[in-house]
Amino acid sequence: MQITIKYFGLLSEVTGCKEEVYEFSGGSIAKLIDELYVKHPSLRNKEFQVAQNQELVPLKTELISNEIVLLPPFSGG
Amino acid sequence: MDRYNRHIILSEIGQKGQDKLSNAKVLVVGAGGLGCPVLQYLAAAGVGNIGIIDFDVVEKSNLQRQILFGSSSLGKNKAEAAKMRLLDLNDSISINAYPEKLTYQNALDLFNQYDIIVDGTDNFETRYLINDACILTNKPLVFGAIYKFQGQVSVFNHKNGPSYRCAFPNKPKRNSVPNCSEVGVLGILPGIIGNLQANEVLKIILGIGNLLSGKLLFYDALTNQITTLTVKRNDTEIQKIISIKNDFKKVELNQPCEVQIIDVSIKDIINKKNIQFIDVRELYEQPEVKGLNVTKIPLSVLEDTIGTLNKDKDIAVFCQVGIRSKTAVSILKNHNIQNCYNLKEGVLEINEYLNRIQKQETNG
Repeated sequence: MQITIKYFGLLSEVTGCKEEVYEFSGGSIAKLIDELYVKHPSLRNKEFQVAQNQELVPLKTELISNEIVLLPPFSGG
Repeated sequence: MDRYNRHIILSEIGQKGQDKLSNAKVLVVGAGGLGCPVLQYLAAAGVGNIGIIDFDVVEKSNLQRQILFGSSSLGKNKAEAAKMRLLDLNDSISINAYPEKLTYQNALDLFNQYDIIVDGTDNFETRYLINDACILTNKPLVFGAIYKFQGQVSVFNHKNGPSYRCAFPNKPKRNSVPNCSEVGVLGILPGIIGNLQANEVLKIILGIGNLLSGKLLFYDALTNQITTLTVKRNDTEIQKIISIKNDFKKVELNQPCEVQIIDVSIKDIINKKNIQFIDVRELYEQPEVKGLNVTKIPLSVLEDTIGTLNKDKDIAVFCQVGIRSKTAVSILKNHNIQNCYNLKEGVLEINEYLNRIQKQETNG
């Protein structure tokens, strides 16, 4: 299945894109993230949460949406 | 009262709502990019009791976005300078300025004196401190944070809603996320995000509209895209904080000790033997340094990789402009590595210098 992945904040600098379409064979969000770590090794040491269907969800959640958001915390003020 | 006429004629506010604003007590932590617009609109709206805590002083590079300050505020404490400006804007309200740092020792007593807490700080250590102190004092937290052209807004800890830890349970390691002074920020961005925060504060006080409780709003100034994500309450995270209530005041803010940082110039050390150059920029940052033997260790992983450094060599640290490298040197010194220096030039200047001496060698 084709998943659209949106990268917020500095994650778009790390991956070089604000969003991308990724071919995923299915499974949990954690499995998808592991594959993204291989594609974008610099993501590994970044802190972020994942949203599916506009809701922040734990990584063990099964991927059911065709779009996810990777959202890092911001510290600036 | 003439001043609040445009509020009072709104049926959703009226004199009753204006009285609620007048009786409200709001504490704004940080009078910087976010705090300034929040304070400006709360004061103008007639929020009757406003607290401002900030230990920092106004610098020229703040004026691009910290709109309560002008040339006459330079060098003054931000809380005091903001109070001066706000009393000129509205002399019928009461303002307390606290020219000090928010700590685990003073947070609970301070928060207990207010109804609503606003987070306008610029570092994770203080953000988690504010969140945890709001849980322990049962105060709603109006949260805002920015990065370059993007911002986040939410209301946490409101009527059993989620807290910041429910959205981001893992406190990022120090220096793993750069701040405005390191990467820059579009000046108007904190204005937009701070105004969204001020709006949430006013709605909480007035009891109107829908709050961003249980929602994390994400804004991108370049695309005008707004994404609102649902955040669920995580009782385990909140319980963890409640369980440390009695020891809360014993926690020390985890900030590096002040150390003496020695600045050096590339031209003074390039011919030194026994020196290792460390580039603390992220691996994807450009341009590369050509003609110098460089070890790449991003600031975000420096603390974890200190063991791999060759301690027999002197260390010279550099980054894009020379700010992160200072942080890196203070981290190294805090880990008892004494023979390290901050290169005052950034990568562009280093490359320029290397090109120049290379040309001289070729010509000579």
